[in-house]
Amino acid sequence: MRILLDVKRCEGHGVCAETAPELFRLDDDGELVVLFDGDEIPAGQEDASASAVRVCPVGALRRQP
Amino acid sequence: MSRSRRLVVVGASLAGMRAVAAARDAGHRGPITVVGAEDELPYDRPRLSKAFLDAGTDPVVPTYHGADSLDAEFRLGTRATGLDTASRTVVAGGETLRYDALVIATGADARRLPGFSHVDGVRSLRTVADARAIRGAFDSRARVAIVGAGFVGVEVASSARARGLDVTMVEALPAPMTRSLGATVGSLLSGLHAENGTVLHCGVTVARIEGDGRVERIVLSDGRVVAADLVLVATGAEPATGWLAGSGLTVRDGVVCDEHLAAGPPGVYAAGDVARWRNPLFGRHMRLEHWTNAAEQGEIAGRNAVGPHIAPCASVPYFWSDFYGHRVQFVGLPSEEDVEVVGDVAEYRFVVLYREGDRLAGALAVDSRGLVPRLRALVRNRAHWSAAVAAMAKPVLAAG
Repeated sequence: MRILLDVKRCEGHGVCAETAPELFRLDDDGELVVLFDGDEIPAGQEDASASAVRVCPVGALRRQP
Repeated sequence: MSRSRRLVVVGASLAGMRAVAAARDAGHRGPITVVGAEDELPYDRPRLSKAFLDAGTDPVVPTYHGADSLDAEFRLGTRATGLDTASRTVVAGGETLRYDALVIATGADARRLPGFSHVDGVRSLRTVADARAIRGAFDSRARVAIVGAGFVGVEVASSARARGLDVTMVEALPAPMTRSLGATVGSLLSGLHAENGTVLHCGVTVARIEGDGRVERIVLSDGRVVAADLVLVATGAEPATGWLAGSGLTVRDGVVCDEHLAAGPPGVYAAGDVARWRNPLFGRHMRLEHWTNAAEQGEIAGRNAVGPHIAPCASVPYFWSDFYGHRVQFVGLPSEEDVEVVGDVAEYRFVVLYREGDRLAGALAVDSRGLVPRLRALVRNRAHWSAAVAAMAKPVLAAG
């Protein structure tokens, strides 16, 4: 399973970073930083990634098999 | 929940859709019926008062994807008119629907100005039909009068000014955005309107709306006259609970729920703008009209409704707004006991902390996105006031 970030849509609300702190964080300028390499969701982060997709208020995250 | 048990979701917007998705996610295999008052497929509302109104190509309605994969039956253009918790039935569109589990997610309706709702050119902004009408008025260079300087009013004023339209905003309270941000902070932001060409009259109300067949002007309580082709009534929203009269549910500015979003009778839950639930994080009941709240509560209510496990909803309120090129974000609650302003107010780049007792209750960030995660964590952890003030003093000054 992969997780895709639509950079144009992301507005740096940072709700995903609170829900899935192992996957995302906001830097001091409010830009989203992806904390894993590539698109593949790291092992053990399936649920967190699904939650991150759901909480994004601008629909900037999406999961893809 | 077995295959034969039926989930009925009343309300086909964000909270309702999330309830359906979460119920399926939790393994609910029984039938699901979604009752929606609007004709449109479920769509996302925040953009209606923001990008949807901007000039340029016709905007796409931000419809939710994936509604068809949820294996739910949608009754759109159908209003629920009654609930009987003894027989476990909802009346919708003249039909009686039996439920085993029910999620009430009827949201809120725009508050109207008594007596003025049927004048042509007088609108609210709640639905995509409203947004289209306002956009159409903008396209024909309407002179815009906005009644109510809350977030919807201010966002629409900003969009109208971006198109160079004449905009007058009327607010009954002494400062804009008082209900959501408090009077002190509302005053800090009120200068933005004049700076961006919006005429703002505070402390006045609308006495009359005049026009021959359609609106031509509004007359204010101080006698002032404002010429207008479009009057946007943005005086807030009221929970859509009229259909629950006689149901026996406790309704007090929303459906009163416990921390699990349970409304009392077996199987009945509520979520989103319509729910007044006990937020265990703050130890009190509250009702929120925020996107993140509707999403979160819809999910929890959907899961709890189909069981077998139930979870509480402990959440940090969060909302955001964009106007005149500024991003405003709020976490927690706008207590007015005491506020601490940190940053550059003149440049509209600052943070406001809100105190309640010895705790941080909420925080506002104006053009300070990078600080929001820290603010959210402080509110979630119910930080002590002095600790919160100390934690925020340095980073804001550095960022400024």
